[in-house]
Amino acid sequence: MIAFVIRRLLQSLIVMLVVGFVAFSMFNFLGDPINNMVGQDATEEDRENLRVALGLDKPFYVQFLVYLSNAVQGNFGTSYRLGMPVVDALADRLPATLELVFCAAGLALLVGVPLGVYTGLHRDRWLSKVFLTLSLVGISLPTFLIGILLILFFAVQLGWLPSFGRGDVVDLGFWSTGFLTASGLKALILPSVTLALFQLTLVMRLVRAEMLEVLRTDYIKFARARGLSNRAVHFGHALGNTLVPVITITGLQIGSLIAFAIVTETVFQWPGMGLLFLQAVQFVDIPIMSSYLILIAFFFVAINLVVDLLYYFVDPRLRADRAVAGGH
Amino acid sequence: MQNAPLLRVEDLKVEFPTRRGRLVAVDGVSFDIAPGEVLGVVGESGAGKSMTGSAIIGLLEPPGRIAGGSISLDGRRIDNLPYEEMRKIRGKHIGAIFQDPLTSLNPLYSVGKQLVETIETHSDLSPTQARERALALLREVGIPAPERRIDQYPHQFSGGMRQRVVIALALCANPRLIVADEPTTALDVSIQAQIIALLKRLCREHGTAVMLVTHDMGVIAETADRVAVMYAGRVAEIGPVRDVIKNPKHPYTVGLMGSIPRIGRDEERLTQIEGSMPRLTEIPTGCAFNPRCPLVFDRCLRDRPDLIDVGPFHRVSCWKYAEGVGHA
Repeated sequence: MIAFVIRRLLQSLIVMLVVGFVAFSMFNFLGDPINNMVGQDATEEDRENLRVALGLDKPFYVQFLVYLSNAVQGNFGTSYRLGMPVVDALADRLPATLELVFCAAGLALLVGVPLGVYTGLHRDRWLSKVFLTLSLVGISLPTFLIGILLILFFAVQLGWLPSFGRGDVVDLGFWSTGFLTASGLKALILPSVTLALFQLTLVMRLVRAEMLEVLRTDYIKFARARGLSNRAVHFGHALGNTLVPVITITGLQIGSLIAFAIVTETVFQWPGMGLLFLQAVQFVDIPIMSSYLILIAFFFVAINLVVDLLYYFVDPRLRADRAVAGGH
Repeated sequence: MQNAPLLRVEDLKVEFPTRRGRLVAVDGVSFDIAPGEVLGVVGESGAGKSMTGSAIIGLLEPPGRIAGGSISLDGRRIDNLPYEEMRKIRGKHIGAIFQDPLTSLNPLYSVGKQLVETIETHSDLSPTQARERALALLREVGIPAPERRIDQYPHQFSGGMRQRVVIALALCANPRLIVADEPTTALDVSIQAQIIALLKRLCREHGTAVMLVTHDMGVIAETADRVAVMYAGRVAEIGPVRDVIKNPKHPYTVGLMGSIPRIGRDEERLTQIEGSMPRLTEIPTGCAFNPRCPLVFDRCLRDRPDLIDVGPFHRVSCWKYAEGVGHA
């Protein structure tokens, strides 16, 4: 177990180093940073001085090492556009995105798994067919369109929910949360649904396919032959065995929820990292872009690590260290 | 053979609706099993023996269904019970053992959990008592160090040990009948003998009747009191094991016995019955065995034979033994 975690951590470290390198390269390949900083009338001498002052005259690998050591200490530079440290800019926006992703992922799982189980168990019922048809809509409609349709219906026509923003947030010092106010919660609904819809249909179809597969296995037949209740067979034996692929996909999807909340955040003017990133792209704000890249990579790596550890708890066959088959 | 059979199967018909019409997998099968008796059911793959077993425990795979006849346990019809009623009979009154012990156990549940779960379904024992019973069962089926083994997972057991666990699971509620579908086919030959001996001993001790489905004549000779030979969904011959083996009547049984290689006799080629069993779509009119039968005559091509008494408890479905035909 410990050896497994250490090995995974080392692998994660390598991934982060590679991502760090790519993020660092952005500074050199997306235009000359000096050009972006000094005014139009700066002399050649001013530029040279700034170059030396910023350490940009040093060899490539020295610059990379400096970048890395800064990054490890939490210093990702200063945003060109906002003029504030990148870390502060991201920390400002992170809670908004994470709360949105948390709600969307929760919604996708809490609705997607039961629907998947239902459609898997009763695949000939008309309700299952309705769910499956609707899920096709969820998979094929683009996110922005769903968002706009929801706004049109619930915000414009009915006027029940706000069409943009986070509502009132409560600042906890290190975290600003929308969970504690009524307007914050109301503001979460439409963006969460929009972001969750695709994942929900994906989870539902995955769980359904896995359930159909598992229900055909011998151990399910044997469980039935032992007279166990349907509840125990379906939710204990069958659902448990569908979990490994579901955890894998869900883990990956949560990563992409964070990374691709951009579209939803734009549609709902949600003050999260996605919106920050989009603005950074417009202004070629490279420190923000490269730090965003590193942060997203970090989330992916961390989630994958958690997923691997979850396997370990779900499937006893992976706890190989004490597994020794007995003789006859 | 006694006045009150434990299990009575009468004119059982199992069919599968398919696009090309209905396939009749079991066609008019009748037999009794007395309390404590071991009935062997032999036949080639596709002869309908497993299908008969599945029909008895009420777990025919859809779209397969019982299309006619009846199954009674202790005088009570069980073939038309609602799912929930039948579920309470499965495990408690009729146990089942399937072919492949490697896939019969849920890989994510410890052996003890599967036992306790089954015991608790069929009795009012407390969790502690259920665990005690599980330990006793494991000890009874010959698993060494059950206190240690009970919390292990199926993958930590060898094939033979797993089949012992499966037998323990089938015996959980002391059923009066066990349907054992090829319980040794997936095991090493050396383990087969142990498992058969175990099954035989346990059933004698508990007074459990067994329907032993197999294609291994050796296992039948070793274990069964009576044997039913099935061919193309029908019973070709049924009778006490000694009579059927020593004095087979049906030309198919004669062929089967003749094709068993004998130790000590030097044979260049293995004897076999010419041709192969017809597919369910191509069962000929008259006797299903007529294309392969060395003794075929005109009536065999025209009419289907029913079981005819040829001795005490010994019955054969072959026109050769019909009185007043005179072709024998």
